[in-house]
Amino acid sequence: MIHVNAMGDTCPIPVVKTMNAIRELNGSGMVQTLVDNEIAVQNLTKMANQKGYGVTSEKLEPGKFRVVMTIGEGSEPDSTPPEEETCLVTPAAGQKKAVVVISSAQMGSGSEELGRALMKGFLYALCQQDSLPSTILFYNGGAALTCEGSASLEDIRSLQAQGVEILTCGTCLNYYGLTEKLRVGEVTNMYVICEKMTQADLIVKP
Amino acid sequence: MAEPILFCKGGGCTAKLGAGVLSRILERLPRGPEDPNLLIGYDRRDDAAVYQIGEDLAFVQTLDFFPPMVEDPYVFGQIAAANALSDIYAMGGQVKTALNIVCFPENMDLNILGRILQGGSEKVIEAGGVLAGGHSIADDGVKYGLSVTGLVHPSRMYPNNQGQAGDALILTKPLGVGIICTANRVGQASPEALNAAIASMTTLNKTASELCRDYPVHACTDITGFGFLGHLHEMMDGRLSCRIAADRVPVFPQALEYADEFLLTAAGQRNRNHMGDSVRFDGVSFAMEEVLFDPQTSGGLLIALPKQDAPALEDALKKAGLSAAIVGEILEKTGTEILVTKEKEMPL
Repeated sequence: MIHVNAMGDTCPIPVVKTMNAIRELNGSGMVQTLVDNEIAVQNLTKMANQKGYGVTSEKLEPGKFRVVMTIGEGSEPDSTPPEEETCLVTPAAGQKKAVVVISSAQMGSGSEELGRALMKGFLYALCQQDSLPSTILFYNGGAALTCEGSASLEDIRSLQAQGVEILTCGTCLNYYGLTEKLRVGEVTNMYVICEKMTQADLIVKP
Repeated sequence: MAEPILFCKGGGCTAKLGAGVLSRILERLPRGPEDPNLLIGYDRRDDAAVYQIGEDLAFVQTLDFFPPMVEDPYVFGQIAAANALSDIYAMGGQVKTALNIVCFPENMDLNILGRILQGGSEKVIEAGGVLAGGHSIADDGVKYGLSVTGLVHPSRMYPNNQGQAGDALILTKPLGVGIICTANRVGQASPEALNAAIASMTTLNKTASELCRDYPVHACTDITGFGFLGHLHEMMDGRLSCRIAADRVPVFPQALEYADEFLLTAAGQRNRNHMGDSVRFDGVSFAMEEVLFDPQTSGGLLIALPKQDAPALEDALKKAGLSAAIVGEILEKTGTEILVTKEKEMPL
């Protein structure tokens, strides 16, 4: 694996550096590029998709992203059709700003057991979607899903790694005594919850 | 090439803030009492502000400045001025006065500043305006532009959003200068490509705007930072749709080459993100998509006028030496706001 540090570089430098590294590979292999902004991730992803390279990306910390490209045997530029992307960092261009609201640990009303299973299924299906929401809000009974013991932690982490903002209501964590048990995403407040919902193009509430 | 300018982070209109971020802030600004004389304000997202001062007179105001996108300070001055003056032309106005806006590092050679201002001043003179003053700030990076005031007859101005279904769309300059300047930044642009882009960016939209006066133009805007599709989106005004014939759109051929080499700007990607599902491509190459999203510095005018008048204006623009072309048509609103197809045919 070749490592490319493009932190602090503005477009198109990250792409230029990465393409140079791919040339150095002289065949198949992997190239990892570090960048400091999401637009650079998108431009790298766009390049990989056009070239037919495998590409994954994740946010390591605020202002630090890692993009890993897998260059296959004989994946000559422009000769192979674009592969399925393994991961999208942000909703694809063309996406309305969708916010998913999880207000309960269960999906729908009726059997509690079924409701929990459905919610787990929903979050799993969500992280497999091509178009992802910009944000998921967890509050009231939903706050437990981002905490220790939740059956959906892996799926929510996967969503976060794909660039989805994970926000859990702080008041709710406090009320249920979960403040120390939050395992994924950030704590938020009513002002932000209200803003995210009023500014969404689409609110999805399972 | 004259003295090199230290390169700023992506110059020209690629330095513009994203449209999405900007509109969120603008929507929240407090508004004072409404002034009926303000014919066009920022909430209209038009090219310039228009304020009526008499029955048949309004003044047009605009302000534009940005970091260098070329190495030569004199050329940069010309481009920045042509870009700032363009907003007056996009409104159908006449340039009257201009004020310089300058950011310049204290320890940099002042001759460079002199060359920038010389280039700018020459363009103001060419526009028929007078340079009336300015303001300068010591700053880390070079930035230059103008605040320009022009005059227009209130009933003869060209808003950017008054197009009508059945109008043809004319573009007066080739697209792709953003990508060419970006390729140049990493040393991959050919001298021919760069020279062609510079010639285009230093060309005033004066002639194009003046030729429009002989035709019943419904809407006009200039293509700058939001790219062809971004400005077209504003022209559709949420109430219209359009079809663009990609093969008719004038582009610099090298811009397509460089797009295929992924010499892409952040601003182009921001434009793509902002446009979202307002645009649908049908059989259009990746490179052409990128060029259509490419932020332009001192780009051409995009003009909407009745179909039957369009060929005559296209012809007049071409005779004046501009690479103008009819690129599409406005339709009644449909599910897809902007449809870009490969076909060359236009039912005109």
